[in-house]
Amino acid sequence: MTATLLPPSRPPSTTLEVTAAAVARGRVRRNLRRRVVVTVLAVLVAGVFVLSLLVGHTYYSPDEVLRVILGERVDGATFTVGRLRLPRAVTALATGASFGLGGVTFQTMLRNPLASPDVIGITSGAGAAAAFAIVILSLSGTAVSAMAIAASLGVALLIYGLAYKDGVAGTRLVLIGIGMAAMLHSATFYVLSRATEWDRAEATRWISGSLNGSQWKDVVPVLLAMVVLVPTLLLQSRNLSMTRLGDDAAGALGVRVERTRATVVVAAVGLIAFATAAAGPIAFVAFLSGPIAARLVGGSASLLVPAGLVGALLVLVADLCGQYAFSMRYPVGVVTGVLGAPYLLYLIVRSNRAGGSW
Amino acid sequence: MTATRRLEVDQLELGYRDRTVIHSLSLLVPPGQVTAIVGPNACGKSTLLRALTRLLPPRRGRVLLDGQEIHRLRAKELARQLGLLPQSPIAPEGITVGDLVGRGRHPHQSVFSRWSHADDLAVAAALEATQTTELVDRPVDELSGGQRQRVWIAMALAQETDVLLLDEPTTFLDVSHQIEVLDLLTDLNRSRGTTIVMVLHDLNVAARYADHLLAMVAGRLHAAGPPEDVLTTETVRAVFGLDSHVITDPVSGKPLMLPIGRHHVERARV
Repeated sequence: MTATLLPPSRPPSTTLEVTAAAVARGRVRRNLRRRVVVTVLAVLVAGVFVLSLLVGHTYYSPDEVLRVILGERVDGATFTVGRLRLPRAVTALATGASFGLGGVTFQTMLRNPLASPDVIGITSGAGAAAAFAIVILSLSGTAVSAMAIAASLGVALLIYGLAYKDGVAGTRLVLIGIGMAAMLHSATFYVLSRATEWDRAEATRWISGSLNGSQWKDVVPVLLAMVVLVPTLLLQSRNLSMTRLGDDAAGALGVRVERTRATVVVAAVGLIAFATAAAGPIAFVAFLSGPIAARLVGGSASLLVPAGLVGALLVLVADLCGQYAFSMRYPVGVVTGVLGAPYLLYLIVRSNRAGGSW
Repeated sequence: MTATRRLEVDQLELGYRDRTVIHSLSLLVPPGQVTAIVGPNACGKSTLLRALTRLLPPRRGRVLLDGQEIHRLRAKELARQLGLLPQSPIAPEGITVGDLVGRGRHPHQSVFSRWSHADDLAVAAALEATQTTELVDRPVDELSGGQRQRVWIAMALAQETDVLLLDEPTTFLDVSHQIEVLDLLTDLNRSRGTTIVMVLHDLNVAARYADHLLAMVAGRLHAAGPPEDVLTTETVRAVFGLDSHVITDPVSGKPLMLPIGRHHVERARV
């Protein structure tokens, strides 16, 4: 039997009902804001996704695009939309959402916005391994994804091990991670310099991420991974947001902190690694999505879904801009990099001033 | 009155890696009473509290709640019976009071369950008990230290446990807020029969507010019992290595310890 504040024999007092109503109103207001944000983001993602199928050097009408998707032959559109734009847009959507989800998971778990997988070297690990697998070992498909996953898990464990000293302090982990990222970046450069034919498109993909030449065979593993890993992550959503109270407080409220952490780390690393194997380490998407989602949703609601949508939106918009907004075509990672770098500087400056907890 | 729960520690040994913090400790927390744990820094008080809520697995020995080993209970099941307010919990940025106190309902909810009216009522009752009703929509970051501590206690109350453990609930509070928090915990004990166990720094406050004192030193229990028996010149010397003079507190009738240092002592030791 648990203690109740109200013995069942006594009806709840009216003042208590009034307070309960105030509590309920606050909760409804928070949920409403979150729901509105998620809906608007989902509409925007869908809108930009469709737009990226329609526009380009040739415009195709929604009708033509729909016919292509339904499998009809449309002159020109079947190739341009079916083989180029659609796989590219799906890759943007899937990798963006994966980076957003993986990023916010790390940031929430380590209570530090700097602790995102692209800042602390986990994405770079996946990128270096994928580049190595493709350029040196001439592998493709699942083998590349497998190496990327192994490498990013390895990097995650290594950073954790190096940062461990009576528990893991966020700042130490971030500093070690930044060093690790730099090291892995130079490893990627080295691998690329050993390539028999220096392919600039391939090089940019493994350095800052690119969607150029995205094909169905690249994106299918990402989608399959998402089918398994996204629900795994969402099931832990409540537990993950409870851990923001601190390990002991969360544990005392019945959260299995270690189990939650292990589950979400594996799921987040998996998402990041599959996405990186498909499109390269698209700069700063993982890092930016969580804080943007937090700003939009406000308070302490779970950020997983909003951050996933923000990630997808960022990549879709950045890729469209990269392709058509400038006189020259830029890979998506260059555009997101330009967005992310100032924010990284801002956070580092701010965390030096004020402890840097999230 | 609520069911009283029997929390027992049997030959407990606790430690971190190669360091043993608690050596073969056995004790009983009197059900329905207020217990205070006192002792010098690093004597294992917080470690003991963590083990009582199974945040730290014992190396040897057992922690029993109503005769059941707590490491065998499911996490949420234990959290419905036993609450802990750690020393420095973290308020996520931007969280409102209502949201934070609502987190105390976690052990009563499942992955898919919706928020119920009972949850709202529990949060409301916790807010009223801690006089934080007015703050319900305020962000926790904006509150004063005293208000914030009341909100954390409200979160623990919303958990609706029969036993509540608190790790230094009055540290960082000024004296009026300290007394406010301790009065609140006493109300809770008296009105609902909640068993309270708290680590306290101030011996005199502990002696005044606790029915039962546990004095620890270097990972061992030195003395246990009512404050009149535990707070003596001998205990203070053995536990804190400090000379003192103990009188009867003219306000509460409980023992009051006056430390004797090297300066400002007019009378010879009594």
